Amino acid sequence: MTRLIGYNALWVALATAVFGLVAIPLGVRRGRGGLIQASYAATFAMFWLTTAAVFAMIFGLVTHDFSIGYVAQVGSRATPLFYTIISLWGALEGSILFWAWVLTLLSALVVFWNRDREGALIPYTTMTMLAVSFFFFILLVGPANPFTLVSPTPLDGPGPNPLLQNHILMGVHPPLLYLGYVGMTVPFAFAIGAMASGEVEKDDWIKLSRRWTLGAWGFLSAAIIAGMWWSYEVLGWGGYWAWDPVENASFMPWLTATAFLHSVMVQERRGMLRLWNLNLIVSTFALTILGTFLTRSGVLSSVHAFGEGPIGAYFLVAIGITLIVSFAGVAGNSDALKSTGRLDGVASRETVFLLNNLLFTAFTFTVLIGTLFPIIAEAARGVKVSVGEPFFNKMTLPICASLLFLMGVGPALPWKRATKEDLKRQMIPPAVGAVIAVIVSIGFGARDVYAVLTFAFAAFALVANVREYASGVRARMRLRSETAVTALGKLVGANRRRYGGYVAHMGMVCVAVAIAASSTFRSEHEATLTKGASMPVGRFQVRLNQVYGREEVQRSRIAANVSIMQGGEEIGRLDPAMNFYPTSETPIPTPAVRSRPWGDIYVNLMAFKPDGSSATLKVIVEPLVPWIWFGGGIVCLGAIISMSTMPGRRRAPVWSAASVAAEGMTTPPLPTGATGLLATTSLEGAD
Amino acid sequence: MRVSASSSAVMRSRRRRGLARALFAALALLLLGASTVRAQSQSMPVSTDPVLEARTRAVAAQLRCPVCQGNSIEDSPSELAQDMKGVVREQLASGKSPDEVKQYFIAKYGEWILLEPKATGFNLVVYALPMVMVLIGGVVVWRAVKKWTAEPAEADADT
Amino acid sequence: MNWKRATVAAFVAFPVIGLLGYALTLDPKEIPSPLPGRDAPAFSLAVFAQGEGEQQRAVGDSIRVSDHRGEVVVLNFWASWCLACRDEHSTLSTVAESYARQGVKFYGVLYNDVPSNGTRWISEMGGQTYPSVQDPRTRTAIDYGLYGVPETFFIGRDGRVAYKHVGPVTAAVLARKLDSLIALRAPSTTGDSAARVTVPPGKS
Repeated sequence: MTRLIGYNALWVALATAVFGLVAIPLGVRRGRGGLIQASYAATFAMFWLTTAAVFAMIFGLVTHDFSIGYVAQVGSRATPLFYTIISLWGALEGSILFWAWVLTLLSALVVFWNRDREGALIPYTTMTMLAVSFFFFILLVGPANPFTLVSPTPLDGPGPNPLLQNHILMGVHPPLLYLGYVGMTVPFAFAIGAMASGEVEKDDWIKLSRRWTLGAWGFLSAAIIAGMWWSYEVLGWGGYWAWDPVENASFMPWLTATAFLHSVMVQERRGMLRLWNLNLIVSTFALTILGTFLTRSGVLSSVHAFGEGPIGAYFLVAIGITLIVSFAGVAGNSDALKSTGRLDGVASRETVFLLNNLLFTAFTFTVLIGTLFPIIAEAARGVKVSVGEPFFNKMTLPICASLLFLMGVGPALPWKRATKEDLKRQMIPPAVGAVIAVIVSIGFGARDVYAVLTFAFAAFALVANVREYASGVRARMRLRSETAVTALGKLVGANRRRYGGYVAHMGMVCVAVAIAASSTFRSEHEATLTKGASMPVGRFQVRLNQVYGREEVQRSRIAANVSIMQGGEEIGRLDPAMNFYPTSETPIPTPAVRSRPWGDIYVNLMAFKPDGSSATLKVIVEPLVPWIWFGGGIVCLGAIISMSTMPGRRRAPVWSAASVAAEGMTTPPLPTGATGLLATTSLEGAD
Repeated sequence: MRVSASSSAVMRSRRRRGLARALFAALALLLLGASTVRAQSQSMPVSTDPVLEARTRAVAAQLRCPVCQGNSIEDSPSELAQDMKGVVREQLASGKSPDEVKQYFIAKYGEWILLEPKATGFNLVVYALPMVMVLIGGVVVWRAVKKWTAEPAEADADT
Repeated sequence: MNWKRATVAAFVAFPVIGLLGYALTLDPKEIPSPLPGRDAPAFSLAVFAQGEGEQQRAVGDSIRVSDHRGEVVVLNFWASWCLACRDEHSTLSTVAESYARQGVKFYGVLYNDVPSNGTRWISEMGGQTYPSVQDPRTRTAIDYGLYGVPETFFIGRDGRVAYKHVGPVTAAVLARKLDSLIALRAPSTTGDSAARVTVPPGKS
């Protein structure tokens, strides 16, 4: 019964998508508003039907209905409830179902918030979203059908992949990722809609989709950080990023989306880079589909590689259509989207944004080539090669360092043109900060060139961004007699987009410093200890107390209870373990981590004697790692602040006389007299 | 059905599941018994010579763990990786150079065992292409900035 | 909308799609081995499971590759924790017994496991008609480029690895490879040019 509800809901949802795909172009061509409205209703219906299918699946998982194919694949009576529910996205079919649900949700929201708009933009945008949904429903009733019938019904199932049962972050990372990943479909749909409705030359579609892009970007940032955290805590090698194909698949759209978030500002202020922005939006979506293709078709081996079989061919068709439409769309509009503005000076924020985009594009391209090269090499030479961490680190660290540097330069430069005095005034304090950082970090023992550069540029960016806040706050305090705190709050509130961006920059600085510190100051220690013995680990000692076993419903655990000592006193206890699952031939090592603000002590159980007499432990000291997760949170906070701009509060457009006069000065300027008042006005209106 | 130590194959047939249950029960019994579940690696253990350890780590970080998903044998907690690391340590201690050690593994596993493709022949593409793109991009940006900052009379609007 | 440019650009997409389509034909889990065609790496390992009948060897005996010049040898790497090894066990035992008469030697090599587990597994599986050796430091497994179990190596009379089979081996594969290897006579060391034969390199 549950199975039939889910299965039929998916078929009907497919039908509603088809209806919309037919009705929209008809309605637009013939001016039949009724057909358009009916298509919007169909989009809502599609969402409700998919929701019903998802509910059916969750119900089936929780009630252990093993007559449903997907439940028989990932369900088990022994699995705890939480992991049973989140196994919804634990294997291929369920994850496609979840993807479809997020997609129909976003489609419904796009329609809901824009349904009163005149013109063909929204109808064609909706049609694009319906087309993508159509593809996923084809998968769901075809090769990725989660509601197949299993007969005779098994009594129990194998449970989810053991790696997915070890940590609660499995409940966090995939939903965030899907919201971000699938969220990138929306700006793409707006772009296609704009092209199809002939409105691509007006900037309305970018304005309408900006918040979607920002929101999806925020979710994607959070998802990447959560994924790093998960792999750090679960996979047992003490690292958080391995340039695995699926990590790259999520990272590349993030890179192009970040580039877009910057270059769109140039488009809004100067009317330039319009074709480039179209290219970025379309590339972001194409990269999400490419990433899905790479990880789900079995083409590249990866931690995440889900499934093989015919689904790869379907994704090939999807990526093919996407690439053709994208390439054609961008090339075809190259005349219509010629830039209409000019730059006033080479040393200006606009130039920095151009460089920013150049670097992000180079970054994306490097990661893409590196990820695809094993395939290319095999095609060309017939030999398998690996492209792993050493390659990616070598090629991308210079780009990362440069981007970090730009992050300090950009906010310090004004729009349009910077004079020599501006440059001196803005650059010297951050430069001083950088020099101090270099001295301090070398004093702490950092010898790695890139780590020291990271600290230097991070300090540079930190000082530059903080000064942006400081001068804005000072201006308000002087003009409005506000306290510092109020001034800060109101400053951010009135310029959410800009200061949200600065907050996100601060988050990135935090992440960069944490990554650099945890790599260069990291120390590893491995030893075989007998019961009661300890090993020195930096300024700590790690003592093995005992090795013990424990039976849980879904697995067996062998754990080592260890004490962390400092100066002879015990400051903490950890239980690294090995989990034995019935479905896995080798145990899954589960590290134990002690997190403190200064860093982590990471203990992994490598081997043991079951009579409990000894165990081999690997202990890694990783400074500042918690700041990666914290920094990620700051980045998301920045995105939220930036998104929360109330549309109605936009004042005069940027090109008004007063703000142009004010912008001739450094932004934000220190107010002096009348120009000060004008400056304040521009502070409020110009994002 | 192939096996690699860190990934697990999800059982699909009931027969396999039944066997798995039996094996699991056997394992559980073993754990309470006296035999070792994981063979203690008897390869050359972690040595007390920090220079050798540093050299071992440097080479191990460049070799791919064959049973993991992209980790190096330095990072991987799997037993094969630890054994391979032991081989690296032994060979370095016996006087082989890092290149000779890497060559040994290439002779056993193929070029694939190197985490970074050797920068020779066709592999140069993966190093050269990104740099070429940066150069081309740099030229494009430079020309665009020049055009856009030119005097209005000469300015020629272009993307 | 510049349709000419759009069409040209669309065609640019085709090589990329072609590459991705080609990618679908690849199997990333399969790592081609450089061993076939090369001399079988030397080893000297101790027997821990005797085997039965014609192939029986005493526990503690050393098995060396160098002792088997002129003979066809099958090396099967296995482990007691390996589920797929169960699939091929009876096949190997049966084929080993029938080909023993033709002088083919079968040896099991225990991988990442202890002999006591191995002997228990063998008795659970109803015995093994050929002896198994232990590889306590996993040196031999690494020497043979092992990346999982089961893997089976076919060594020809000239001491070179002729073929590597990854995954459970079937009776058909065994028969085909063994028949072709038995038919090849080893290169003689006395300069008898009529008997000069080399095993073709790569997978046969």
